[in-house]
Amino acid sequence: MNLLDLVIAIPGIGFILTLLIPRKQDQAIRMATLGFSLLTFALSLGLATGYRFGQPGQQFVTDIIWIANPEIHWHVGIDGLSLWLIILSTFLTPIAILISWRYIKDRTKEFFAFLLLLEFGLVGVFSAWDLFLFYVFWEVVLVPMYFLIGIWGHDRRIYAAVKFFLYTMAGSVLMLVAIIFVYNRAGTFDYAAILNSLASGKVVLSHGEETLLFLAFFVAFAIKVPLFPLHTWLPDAHVEAPSAGSLMLASVMLKMGTYGLVRFCLPMFPTASRENAPWIVVLAIVGIVYGALVAMAQPNMKKLVAYSSVSHLGFVVLGIFSFTQMGLDGAVYQMLNHGISTGALFILVGFMYERRHSLEIADYGGVATAAPWLSTIFLITTLASIGLPMLNNFVGEFLVLQGTAQANFSWTVFAAIGVILSACYMLWMYQRVFFGELGDEVKHHMPDFSAREWACMIPLVVMMVWMGIYTQTFLPAVTEANLKILDQTKSTAPLRVSLPAGLSTGGGHIHVR
Amino acid sequence: MFAELAPASFAPSSADLQRFAPEIVLTIAGTLLMVLDPLFAKRYPKMFGHLSIVALLVAVGGTVCAYSVQGSAFSNLLVVDGFGTFFRFLVLAIGILTVLASYRYLDLEKAETGEYHALILFAIVGQCLMVAANDLIMIFIGLEISSIATYILAGYLRTDRRNNEAALKYFLLGSFATAFLLYGVALIYGVTATTKLDEIRTVLSTPGNVPAFGMVGVAAALMFVGLAFKVSGAPFQVWTPDVYQGAPAPVSAFLATGPKAAAFAIFLRIFLTAFQQIAAQWEPIVWISALMSMTIGNFAALTQDNLKRMLAYSSIAHAGYVLVALASRSEIGTAAAMFYLAAYALMNIGAFAVVIHLGGKGERHLKISDLAGLGRRQPVTAAMLTIFLLSLIGVPLTGGFFGKFYIFRAALESNLVWLTVLGLLNSAVAAYYYLRLLVVMYMYEPGEVANNIEPLTPGLRAALILPAIGTIFLGVLPGAVLNFAQRSTIFGAR
Repeated sequence: MNLLDLVIAIPGIGFILTLLIPRKQDQAIRMATLGFSLLTFALSLGLATGYRFGQPGQQFVTDIIWIANPEIHWHVGIDGLSLWLIILSTFLTPIAILISWRYIKDRTKEFFAFLLLLEFGLVGVFSAWDLFLFYVFWEVVLVPMYFLIGIWGHDRRIYAAVKFFLYTMAGSVLMLVAIIFVYNRAGTFDYAAILNSLASGKVVLSHGEETLLFLAFFVAFAIKVPLFPLHTWLPDAHVEAPSAGSLMLASVMLKMGTYGLVRFCLPMFPTASRENAPWIVVLAIVGIVYGALVAMAQPNMKKLVAYSSVSHLGFVVLGIFSFTQMGLDGAVYQMLNHGISTGALFILVGFMYERRHSLEIADYGGVATAAPWLSTIFLITTLASIGLPMLNNFVGEFLVLQGTAQANFSWTVFAAIGVILSACYMLWMYQRVFFGELGDEVKHHMPDFSAREWACMIPLVVMMVWMGIYTQTFLPAVTEANLKILDQTKSTAPLRVSLPAGLSTGGGHIHVR
Repeated sequence: MFAELAPASFAPSSADLQRFAPEIVLTIAGTLLMVLDPLFAKRYPKMFGHLSIVALLVAVGGTVCAYSVQGSAFSNLLVVDGFGTFFRFLVLAIGILTVLASYRYLDLEKAETGEYHALILFAIVGQCLMVAANDLIMIFIGLEISSIATYILAGYLRTDRRNNEAALKYFLLGSFATAFLLYGVALIYGVTATTKLDEIRTVLSTPGNVPAFGMVGVAAALMFVGLAFKVSGAPFQVWTPDVYQGAPAPVSAFLATGPKAAAFAIFLRIFLTAFQQIAAQWEPIVWISALMSMTIGNFAALTQDNLKRMLAYSSIAHAGYVLVALASRSEIGTAAAMFYLAAYALMNIGAFAVVIHLGGKGERHLKISDLAGLGRRQPVTAAMLTIFLLSLIGVPLTGGFFGKFYIFRAALESNLVWLTVLGLLNSAVAAYYYLRLLVVMYMYEPGEVANNIEPLTPGLRAALILPAIGTIFLGVLPGAVLNFAQRSTIFGAR
């Protein structure tokens, strides 16, 4: 049992222990879950400090048999790609608990326990190296989020929760078919072993098979991302979810989709990934522009931020399918950035909802006068979100655009429109909400930050600046992992041509790059 | 084998009796209950439940004892192998859970408890006999013992009109279906001159000795009709919703699990031993039936308002999943079906136990809306139902998920790609109506029913918690059960 196992297990144990606390002990429940999540976060930092650069393969590996037949392993490990996503999850969970501290008054026990279960699933998804285990964690995440939206959400919560569940379920059953198919071919669920057999030609997928398998995985991930036109569940889920739910959904759960694309789709199905890249890129660009345009038209703050997520995630997909080092680095960095800055936006919108009980932009105005600190932090977050240099999103978007330009310059042009539009809708919203005339309602119901709210926001703002200024903390590990993944999409993308017997040297395959 | 066919004496050997132990125990117990019924029924109505649980536990011991001397008994009429033993355990466990779930119901309805439990025990005798039978006649006898007992149970509350309707429908259609089965048996006997499954296979697989294929095909088709009826596979599923809805709730729980598991056991045994040779011919039929069952079951369940009726349609869909396993006609398919039936029995009895609890006297509260706010008023009951529903949906870490996973893995291994894709998409459709229960239970304000619901009685509590533990166990550590299933897929004793 190593550190990574602990980081996965503690939220799970915390979930069970929290359920055992008597219902009446609200405060004890909150303290206990906060304690568990902080402990998990502290331990997960050990993953970052213990991470060894230049070491191939995963680290902190545990590989034991869970189920003997068919052989399913508890095989977890991290590389530079999962490292920061795990820390993002463990970093945001305590914040999610803190922002719900007062807001959740009803069925406290279940709410906070579900947040821990969610963390358990998320950390598991990012560290699983067994396809089956990955699927298990993937589905485990679904259940707590369904309840978080459905029980503690706003008016149309039930519709949103069911839609969220069914969309994801429909995608993931296709992925399950694909996983089983791969298992039947390769004889193992172990991801590293599958990649090996694919690379060495021990398992050969026909062109049609590879395309279909790629699509099965891709649809599951694309729903989660969400990629246009599969995004329609997202605005509903975000708007109806409680702040903590929106935070975890936007910041971490959407990354499950993009993570899956990078981790599984590209290395396992390199040929199909490259062949299908053109239309995927088109969808990503459509998503960037469409998301931004729809965001601009939103009268509801939360919905605006939700559509901005569609737009931002379009960048991530674009970067991934540019098949360039920079694009991929930028995509992964953008996953983390989006987690921080959009997460912060959802939290801030949630704070305002707690005060004014409205999400409509029209109900606000002049907030800057009533709550100057809140406005300041909101402004920093807004600027980060639109990609101001020195703040985090700038780095990610720049890398994505740069990488895309290497692949195809016209993509860059269209994607850059999204950057411009994001400045429009965010600043316009900021102007309408924080400046202008101070209404009576706002004046009387808009106190500035409390200590607890400061405690939530300061770490996030620090991260925005840190990630914007000193990328060296984060990028090297990411680059290292991406280098390997890109390599796999090339060298394992053979158009296998059998040579006449006499000409055959080595494996009898020509690797065409 | 032929030496066994001509025993030296007609007296059964002690090994024969040992292999027959569970049936002996249960028959004696059932008879005893009937004798005790007039003496104690009024004073100690609960005693009969206790006694039958004891009898079932002793029969579990008997099954272990029989398993220790695997082999054929009574001139090869019965065969105690791993497969039969698995299903004996399963139907006995179903029996115990059914009895536990029945206490409160019988009490509320002021029903006779002696006969009820005697009938349950006899039904289980029949099922134990079926699953261990190696002979079509024995199978028929076991099926009839089980069926007749369940016909009566379906109409157990004599004065209740819905009960009467359910019993009549079940009886008429059921006997019609059994007639089909019997006709198939007669034809196969006519062609092969034997009713023993292993001998039928030998005859059919001997080259140059292939009897008129058309006749064998007709026999197989007739038996398919009879068995598909018993497992409520489409297109012979029409009776299921009416009967499950009309029968007393604990009986519906029993019908949906016990007889179904036993019928699937003989389905697998007959089609994978006797008719293995013509598997390529019957596979498309099973394929279609599986797809129809899943689709009809799931889509019809979407619109149901009544909990029992919804569970009935869901049970049709689940029969479809098991038929997928049969269509894969492989050993891992058989193991998958066995695992699935075990997981299904647990989650379904658990779900029905909640229905019994909710329904109250006269089963008045069976609408889905009656669940409103149960999560607030009785968090434990609601949490248990959540586990069962997640398992029925097929969410990981529950038995239902692994069951589905094993089945579809077997299907893919047999190249049934489209059936797998359609089946899994079906399970996404199914998620909708199970989720609806979760929605009502947790996300609606408590209604009148939830506000006035009585606390869980010990029997129902056990009937909820034991399956819940089992469901989680099968979902986290499926290895033990699956291993046993996989070792038992080769029919006949080792």
